[in-house]
Amino acid sequence: MSQQILDLIEERYIKDVPTFSVGDTVRVFFRIREGEKERVQPFEGTVIKIQGARHRKTFTVRRISGAVAVERTFPLYSPRLEKVNVLRYGKVRRAKLYYLRERRGKAARVKERYLSPEERAMLKKGKVQKEKVVEEAAPVEAPVAEAPAEATQETNE
Amino acid sequence: MVEGILGKKVGMTQVFTEDGMVIPVTVIEAGPCTVVCKRTKEKDGYTAVQLGYIPAKRKHLNKPLLGQFEKRGVPPFRVLREFPVGEDALSELEEGKEIKVDIFEKGDKVSVTGKSKGKGFQGAMKRHGFSGMRDSHGSRYHRTVGAIGQHTFPARVFKGLRMAGQMGNKKVTVRGLEVVEVIPEKNLLLVKGSVPGARNGLLVIKRMKGR
Repeated sequence: MSQQILDLIEERYIKDVPTFSVGDTVRVFFRIREGEKERVQPFEGTVIKIQGARHRKTFTVRRISGAVAVERTFPLYSPRLEKVNVLRYGKVRRAKLYYLRERRGKAARVKERYLSPEERAMLKKGKVQKEKVVEEAAPVEAPVAEAPAEATQETNE
Repeated sequence: MVEGILGKKVGMTQVFTEDGMVIPVTVIEAGPCTVVCKRTKEKDGYTAVQLGYIPAKRKHLNKPLLGQFEKRGVPPFRVLREFPVGEDALSELEEGKEIKVDIFEKGDKVSVTGKSKGKGFQGAMKRHGFSGMRDSHGSRYHRTVGAIGQHTFPARVFKGLRMAGQMGNKKVTVRGLEVVEVIPEKNLLLVKGSVPGARNGLLVIKRMKGR
């Protein structure tokens, strides 16, 4: 009985969310507050972790900003999460890509997963909003000019 | 109005606010409770109401207790608790009146009393957070309390010294919890943070005074 009551509260937050998986390169559009103003801040990087269940699910995006690696964790069902664009599908063999933290430069790349048109269509149906799939997307370690305003976790590299 | 209600712990989850903050909440199924008895100044020397919660079968209650319910024309309840009310508020309340969770609203501060989960007989390290003794360097004294007294004077151990013993399974009150949401149709109350006890444990929820 208890679980049914909790479901009742939790299901209010369950909505269609973007589908992507660990290893994908994504651009996350997250609404942030700057004083009184609200704006959407994009954050681009590799998904290294998807954690949690139901409306508690979160995902962590890692990117290299200049010489500093930045990891940011977003709640997947947060009302502040505008959209997630998948820029590149990654081919990975584990659920958590913590090994990327020990690597840098060319070694810290994720192989691209090439999809058949059918597979691509299926993923699209699963609410993937794609800008354009960049087949030869810029490698992850490419220096990015703008520094993120806020970071959940920063690693000096 | 009565400033408290009886309820059952449902469990914990998290909710999002409109601006995207995540709040950890405990869901409490609170009420409906029924006023079973009034304590009056003339008769009892103080003013309060006795609330009944969870309907009981007649066969589970003894005759004296059943008589109390019958005398006042209210159905029998499993749980009875008294809540203090002012004299003015008492006159508005009648025996048999239902008290529902809508006495609270979002933003109220409440205190929640329950029976904590029993941990059994525990050592001083777990029960009181003592540091214990060293584990290595020839030590044969690992999780003990250590010294408990002084010398020839006072030549006794002070009362109330923290030592090993029963932990948990006792009444605990958490004060100042914020009401995050009230769902009157389902008799649900969402408070910020955790409350004592296991799921389905009985809770007494009271409004904090002066808040």
